[in-house]
Amino acid sequence: MYLYSFTFYIFSLVAVLSALMVISAKNPVHSVLFLILSFVNASGLFILLGAEFLAMILVVVYVGAVAVLFLFVVMMLDINFVKLREGFLQYLPFGALLGIVLIIELGILFLTKSFSENSLTNFVQLPQINDVENTKLIGKVLYTDYFYLFQISGLILLVAMVGSITLTLRDRGNVKRQNISSQNFIDANNAIEKKKVKLGEGI
Amino acid sequence: MNSFSYLNDLFIPGGIIIAQILAVLMPVLISVAFLVYAERKVLALIQLRRGPNVVGPFGILQSFADALKLLTKENIVPANSNKIVFLLAPIITMVLSLAGWAVIPFAPNWVIADINVGIMYLFAVSSLGVYGIIMAGWASNSQYPFLGALRSAAQMVSYEVSIGFVIITVLLCVGSLNLSKIVEAQETVWFAIPLLPMFIVFFISALAETNRLPFDLPEDESTLVAGFFTEYSSASFVLFFLGEYASMILMSAMTVILFMGGWLPPFDIFPLNAIPGVIWFVIKIIFILFLFIWVRGTFPRYRYDQLMRLGWKIFLPLSLLWVVLTAGFLITFDMVPNSL
Repeated sequence: MYLYSFTFYIFSLVAVLSALMVISAKNPVHSVLFLILSFVNASGLFILLGAEFLAMILVVVYVGAVAVLFLFVVMMLDINFVKLREGFLQYLPFGALLGIVLIIELGILFLTKSFSENSLTNFVQLPQINDVENTKLIGKVLYTDYFYLFQISGLILLVAMVGSITLTLRDRGNVKRQNISSQNFIDANNAIEKKKVKLGEGI
Repeated sequence: MNSFSYLNDLFIPGGIIIAQILAVLMPVLISVAFLVYAERKVLALIQLRRGPNVVGPFGILQSFADALKLLTKENIVPANSNKIVFLLAPIITMVLSLAGWAVIPFAPNWVIADINVGIMYLFAVSSLGVYGIIMAGWASNSQYPFLGALRSAAQMVSYEVSIGFVIITVLLCVGSLNLSKIVEAQETVWFAIPLLPMFIVFFISALAETNRLPFDLPEDESTLVAGFFTEYSSASFVLFFLGEYASMILMSAMTVILFMGGWLPPFDIFPLNAIPGVIWFVIKIIFILFLFIWVRGTFPRYRYDQLMRLGWKIFLPLSLLWVVLTAGFLITFDMVPNSL
């Protein structure tokens, strides 16, 4: 039990501290790296909860793919961050207001009696949790009860993909393209052309 | 809460875990040294040279001599680099290539963490490997490493997609994400036989994922000096080197578990099944590693657009098609394993 709580406090402490560093780090690349650290620790907390599949998906999707692209963009951008920070005090009241509203809302949810009695279970059919792996449980619910929602979320991703392709696809005119199959069929007979060059004339 | 309960609850389980970790990692690190030696020797044989033959009998201690030499050199950190990230990058590469070993089953019940999502964990760890390279490239604050890092990021993300689909095909045939169960499902036939095209796709993607030739564009020495580790020296270079070879062994172990029946003997008959499972596992890993080296000695490097074309236009549709085919086959012939 000590080992369990010890790991819990380590994961949550690092997660909170790195989340703080995301917004306070001076260098944006450092911010992204702290964001990644925060993700990884959150997935550690998921594992402690027993939600191993969610933990791994969090790492694969967010850390392995999304954050890589994020880091990519941040590294390539040339932003003057001193200038960006000048308006900090100006935006502080608004940001603080948003944060306070969010905390109050969460607090109301937390204090409501119905929430603490798991009223969510009245709406959601929870699968029977015995010794079944939670990967299997998620699959059981996701592809049966929530099949339409699952398909719709897939469609949304497809629309986003089509949108980003249409935004970047343009005809650039004089681009030299290679015909791969014709390249593969090149051999000595059709790659080299023999010519008899007469002396002093050239081709 | 006396000192005795601390001993029982914290120090004894913690101590056992640390001992298990050491028992796995020490052989892995030592085998890295011999893998480097084997690579140089095999390449030498392919190119009709002798290879290392001076240090120790047949030059077998060459890697240890190289490591000692490198570790005694000065660790140079470029003045304009981002120092913390620069030093963190090789550490991350090294740690990630060792972290995957936690879930590898060497023989029945010979595994540190027998988790239900073992294959997902391996996939997650191998997808994190790109960070060591990106961080190294960015923190060096120099053009060649940065170009190497960008190439590597694009390459590893691309090939991960097809690796993911290949893993899904295997999982469809197993019905579990647990690595031990994946091996046990291959008792009748290794997945390399019914899923041969996926085995080949996985092997080639593993070459790309570990930045080996013919996909070693991130460290392409003919155009990028040494790619992302151009600025590294001494101990931090050693960490990159160890990490790269350790992740090579890890990917081979993953290939063996997914397609070549892990610790299982090829046929369940007397002289073969008398050999302990861990020895079969190691023999198969060595075979895959030999393929890695053989490919390096045989093929020229891909051009960058060819690399991307292979990943997105050939492997991705092929593996996606194979997922659909496998699923359809299993449903039609009512062979879905472990059904609900």
